[in-house]
Amino acid sequence: MSIAEYDYTIIGAGPAGMAAAITARKHGLNVLVLDEQPAVGGQIFRNIEGLEKYRNSEYHKLGEEYLSGSKLVQQFRNSGVVYLNGRSVWQIDGDLGIHHVSTIPTDQKSSVPQFCKTKYLLIAVGAMERPMPLPGWTLPGVMACTAADVLYKSSGMIPQGKVILAGSGPLLLLIACRLLDAGVKISAFLDTTPRGALIQALPNLPKALRSFGYLKKGLEMLWKLRTSGIPIYTGIQEIEALGNSKLEKVRFKKGMKHPEVSADLLLLHNGVVPNVQITRQLACDHSWYDVQRYWEPIVDDWGNTSMERTAVAGDCGRVSGAVVSEISGHLSALDTVRQLGAITLNERDKLSRNLRQSLQSHKSARPFLDKLFQPRQNQIVPNKEDVLVCRCEEVTVREIRETVRLGFQNPDRLKSMIRCGMGPCQARMCGLSVSEIIADEKQISPGEVGYFKIRSPLKPITIGQLAEND
Amino acid sequence: MFKKQYESHETVTIIFEGKSLDVEIGQTVAAALLGDGHLIFRYTRVSGEPRAAYCFMGVCFECLLEINGQRNQQGCMIPVSDGMKIKRQLPPKVKIL
Repeated sequence: MSIAEYDYTIIGAGPAGMAAAITARKHGLNVLVLDEQPAVGGQIFRNIEGLEKYRNSEYHKLGEEYLSGSKLVQQFRNSGVVYLNGRSVWQIDGDLGIHHVSTIPTDQKSSVPQFCKTKYLLIAVGAMERPMPLPGWTLPGVMACTAADVLYKSSGMIPQGKVILAGSGPLLLLIACRLLDAGVKISAFLDTTPRGALIQALPNLPKALRSFGYLKKGLEMLWKLRTSGIPIYTGIQEIEALGNSKLEKVRFKKGMKHPEVSADLLLLHNGVVPNVQITRQLACDHSWYDVQRYWEPIVDDWGNTSMERTAVAGDCGRVSGAVVSEISGHLSALDTVRQLGAITLNERDKLSRNLRQSLQSHKSARPFLDKLFQPRQNQIVPNKEDVLVCRCEEVTVREIRETVRLGFQNPDRLKSMIRCGMGPCQARMCGLSVSEIIADEKQISPGEVGYFKIRSPLKPITIGQLAEND
Repeated sequence: MFKKQYESHETVTIIFEGKSLDVEIGQTVAAALLGDGHLIFRYTRVSGEPRAAYCFMGVCFECLLEINGQRNQQGCMIPVSDGMKIKRQLPPKVKIL
């Protein structure tokens, strides 16, 4: 069987991936887009085609930014790109051989080849919510905040019963407002943004005023929340989810008090971090971004990583939101088109001039927001020692601390001792916390501790699927 | 815990723990089960405690189910299809030491 070879393979069909595909096709490249989700759009434009078609009134309620996604999707659909949905990439070889399988394993005998080669690779897999380990966070009834957004967009489902939102960050505000719009009664909003965060972020405010739209939107959301009548608690610490086999109550610390409220659903949010599984598997160089406490691949102005012919675009680099992601996709594709010889350096620069200007303007509010919603170390490392950090293998803070004290002081050595990070999620849920805990024990920066070595398979695959892979 | 806001436009029948459920086409297994009021998806291998889907976007692997006889399937990534047989994932019978 002949192996397909593409000029340009893009992983992820969110704003960055779609934009890159459109630009690359415009310049005649042979483009493959692999996406793990069942439908185009990424998380931000999730189920956008389905909503427009079947739930038009709700589609129009989702706001201008969401509607703008339809234009992008349409251009993407008409671009002549080869788009495969429901494909999980589980390994990328050093020479850019890409192994991918259907997300539905009983589909394994489908006619889609499971291996291809590419001259250039763009990783546009987006971001994920920063895991927020706290007592009881594995109880049924506790979910990541974006889960509510996913369920609304894909299935038209809204939370009912006693709903509590907790954490910090622009996305938490956005989702709270969206739930209010959908008629959800929120029982309590627990804001963990530390007191004084605003003052610390003020030096970044003048620059942020250049993209006033973002700030205005933020203030509007805050106003909506404040005037909605839902109980808002600020300066919250030490959140605990309580219950036997499911969530029953939420306890938290407000000043010197520890109130308890009854709850059916607790939605947690502590900011968004790049999904680095693929860039890690490829051993791209990463650096520690201390303000937002995450790792990001080191890139040049066009998203090119330290690995040859491999770039990133969108929120799997520095997290910057949908608009910046889309622009970064166009820019990265332009440089790839240049590297393939379809345009000259001058043509690339000319074509990218307006995009660069727009990028600068959309990025200007980011340093302010990153500082204002900076996660604190004590929100990532739980102060209660029996909290599960690794949800898959059920490893607690205490076990990690004790093992570090025995001398196993990097994530991989810990993993071989106590299995944290070894379960099906491959450290997606515990990786950042493990580095933070080791850093705390050693009193150094997580950037110095490093991260788990991420290996293939990036997603669990069956032996049957492996056998099919030529 | 979650309720559907509108009428389904087209449904398929899935079988969860031996019981037939009519669920809307185009959604994932995890969303369909939650929409029918099923919160617990699996019992963990280590302590046997119940778990529910957490992130709904393919990251956390808490929604692992047995789908059409295959274990460890991410319920939040797989769309429902007619006749699909789904079971809660129980710890393997052989204890892994």
